[in-house]
Amino acid sequence: MTGPGLETRPVLEMRGITKTFPGVRALSDVCLTVRPGEIHAVCGENGAGKSTLMKVLSGVHEHGSYDGEIRFEGEPVAFKDIRAGERHGIVIIHQELALVPYLSIAENIFLGNERATRGLIDWNGTLREASRLLQRVGLDERPQTPVADLGVGKQQLVEIAKALSKKVRLLILDEPTAALNDEDSAKLLGLILDLRAQGVACVVISHKLNEIRRVADAVTILRDGRSVETLTVRETPDAEPRLSEDRIIRGMVGRDLDQRFPERTRYDGADAGADALSVSGWTVRHPVDQQRTVVDDVSLTVRRGEIVGIAGLMGAGRTELAMSVFGRSYGRYVAGTVAVGGREVATRTVPAAIDAGIAYVTEDRKTYGLNLIDTIHRNISLASLPGMRGRGVAGLPGLVDGHHERSVAERYRTSMNIKAPTVLEQVGRLSGGNQQKVVLSKWIHADPEVLILDEPTRGIDVGAKYEIYTVIDRLAAQGKAVLFISSELPELLGMCDRIYTMAEGRLTGEVDRADATQEVLMRHMTRDRS
Amino acid sequence: MTTTSTPPHDTSSTPSAQPSAGALLLHGMRANMRQYGMLVALAFLVVLFQIWTDGTLLLPSNVSNLIQQNGYILILAIGMMIVIIAGHIDLSVGSLVAFVGAMSAVMMVKHDMPWVLALVLSLLIGAVAGAWQGFFIAYVGIPSFIVTLAGMLLFRGLTQIVLEGQSLSPFPDGFQNIAKGFIPEMGPYTQYHNPTLLIGAATIAFLLLREWRHRKRQLAYDLHVTPTGLWAAKCVAMAAAVAAFTLTLASFHGVPVVLLIMCGLLIGLGYVMRNAVVGRHVYALGGNKAAAKLSGVKDKRVTFLIFVNMGVLAALAGCVYAARLNAGTPQAGLNFELEAIAASFIGGASMSGGVGTVLGAVIGGLVLGVLNNGMSLVNIGTDYQQVIKGLVLLAAVGFDVWNKRKAGR
Repeated sequence: MTGPGLETRPVLEMRGITKTFPGVRALSDVCLTVRPGEIHAVCGENGAGKSTLMKVLSGVHEHGSYDGEIRFEGEPVAFKDIRAGERHGIVIIHQELALVPYLSIAENIFLGNERATRGLIDWNGTLREASRLLQRVGLDERPQTPVADLGVGKQQLVEIAKALSKKVRLLILDEPTAALNDEDSAKLLGLILDLRAQGVACVVISHKLNEIRRVADAVTILRDGRSVETLTVRETPDAEPRLSEDRIIRGMVGRDLDQRFPERTRYDGADAGADALSVSGWTVRHPVDQQRTVVDDVSLTVRRGEIVGIAGLMGAGRTELAMSVFGRSYGRYVAGTVAVGGREVATRTVPAAIDAGIAYVTEDRKTYGLNLIDTIHRNISLASLPGMRGRGVAGLPGLVDGHHERSVAERYRTSMNIKAPTVLEQVGRLSGGNQQKVVLSKWIHADPEVLILDEPTRGIDVGAKYEIYTVIDRLAAQGKAVLFISSELPELLGMCDRIYTMAEGRLTGEVDRADATQEVLMRHMTRDRS
Repeated sequence: MTTTSTPPHDTSSTPSAQPSAGALLLHGMRANMRQYGMLVALAFLVVLFQIWTDGTLLLPSNVSNLIQQNGYILILAIGMMIVIIAGHIDLSVGSLVAFVGAMSAVMMVKHDMPWVLALVLSLLIGAVAGAWQGFFIAYVGIPSFIVTLAGMLLFRGLTQIVLEGQSLSPFPDGFQNIAKGFIPEMGPYTQYHNPTLLIGAATIAFLLLREWRHRKRQLAYDLHVTPTGLWAAKCVAMAAAVAAFTLTLASFHGVPVVLLIMCGLLIGLGYVMRNAVVGRHVYALGGNKAAAKLSGVKDKRVTFLIFVNMGVLAALAGCVYAARLNAGTPQAGLNFELEAIAASFIGGASMSGGVGTVLGAVIGGLVLGVLNNGMSLVNIGTDYQQVIKGLVLLAAVGFDVWNKRKAGR
């Protein structure tokens, strides 16, 4: 922006921001400076602290829960909640949209901020203002339309209209295009450029480096909770970008790999190297939005005793691929086959997938992995109850022998080092790492040929991570095939024999351990659909 | 995110020491706080009314009466508990009780059908009604609250259609015996009812044997075992309680048929819920449906079966109730669903599902039953009875919520 000298004073200055959660330092000494009318991108690997930083900025984490200083338009500010941030004109739009589906567009725009006199809604004013805002974001819909009738792209525009209704001065967008198709993405980026022209500064968190190059003026890179550098993308709004994607990638991954992983043990059974899992032509659509292909013609193989990684950014379709292969528990199946041990298997339901020898360890253990109100031993046995038979009457089919079950669980408590006084402890009381060991025990006891591990070390401290890696190595050494999904590249590089990369539902690369570096993977992961 | 260059060692990873017996006991107590609490509350109520009624409450005739009065509610409560553990609810059981009672009356009174055949057909009708509701809940995906609310209206209406608004009676004696009968006396004359003594002795022997085998296997599997003294005390207390109960019944007409049915259900379904795969799947579904499905639990089939089971139990309760009234009436079973739901929650069920035991449902039902019976004996009006029962329900669940919150800290 060109203007009087005053305009060069930063609209936002965050200095020395440090935020700790119990046991984890999420941010340390982070600085972020946004100039007026600037589109400022924030980049970093998953877990680098981007979302936490935005939560600090917008008031989700209240003042006092972090250290450091925030100055907005020159004034020091201290927000005690989101509303306080919004009163200053700082509005955040989260990755998961926060719209009420059955209310109309207009009602959503003014939710919590209603046009009213003496407690009564001024409907004329509401609709008139909503129409004006919709025009401003270029959304051609009647304000009375329920939000549920809109696609994700249009819902995103409603969110922005809602932000504009709050007299936004600084708009924060968290992965705004992650759920959008190309056309909607282009439209949204265009809108952000329009807003810049109107003087609204914008902070965008994005994984899509091509988009950053297209719209951003500057980019700040976070790594391991620190702001490592701020780079200029273009000098003036209309100039061509002079920053390459490779330069950004180097900033994002610039750390050395170290000894955080156990030495890999080779499997030397007679059938080593035989295909254990092969998926071919796997295509799955979104369960609701059936126009969207979430997993697109994916073919991959995992051999016995092999650990194969899948790298990809959020929204690349990794979890969707895994869950749909595991008994079609995600999305709408379109095409493709699954073979275990060279034989094609019908895995239409989860029980069928388990019978075929597939296990899936979920990325979200609290929602999909565990019965938190039940005990350790009952969680461990759940996937293999028919095998928990005892002797005598307790050996009849359909019965479970509680003693046998408990002694099995005790065995895992010892071998997996689950820290709990007895296996009768409620799983909900355990720490994240120990909960993860319970989930792993459950699936190891189901004795599958193929284990799909989805973010097995998410939310776990470093010590427990090493233990989990050891378990994974042991499984491979026994001849199991392991498909290892992770957002942490060092972890994949440390553990896997081969790594597939995914982007936008497709496999974009296959890299051998010897050739794999973070830069190579990141380049594949951020590659455009060709 | 520290980057350590050596594999990190967790300082707290030393194998945990064997927990002390006291801690173990306390742990077990806390896990079943509501059930233990309700057992204590039940004992307290019994003592209270025993004193208040000058000993009438525990007179052999009144104990028999108490069992026969509450049999059908307890049968319903057992089924309801399983439904609630799975995270559902069934509002239709009161109407289903009436409908099955009416159908049994039509079969036996109007068409002179043999009572055994009529009983079997009645249970089948219950199974079909349960399957009807289970189909909509499990396979169509309509919430159980809605489906069974519809069932509540539907079965009540069908009852009135079948009975044409009138009561039908009388039932054959054999059928009436289900609710009013006792197992027949045999052998030489003693002061007591002989078969009852035998059943009592067998029960004690069975319970002790089970405890002993359980303990033996615990030792064999090297699991944490309760200390010997405590274990012995538990066995003695159990045997004494059964003996006292047996003598009380044996000095009147003996074991009521209803009690036999109830004990059969308690033991059978209790065993299924504890030790059968399907029972454990019910707990898993109620605790976390998504996780259960991803662990291979056939959620739809299990849900369907739960409602078929509830239908059969409601039919059984309907027969018992009709036999007790000796009539099929359009107004039968009014508010029974609420009594059964209240019994389940008093007995340890949770609104969100996943917890509770069949025994808990029986204890909860007995708490309500003793309250009803005791308050009637001391001439408290039904108006005040309702107020008091409402407060008891609130207090029982309130105590549990409070206890859990404290334990969570």
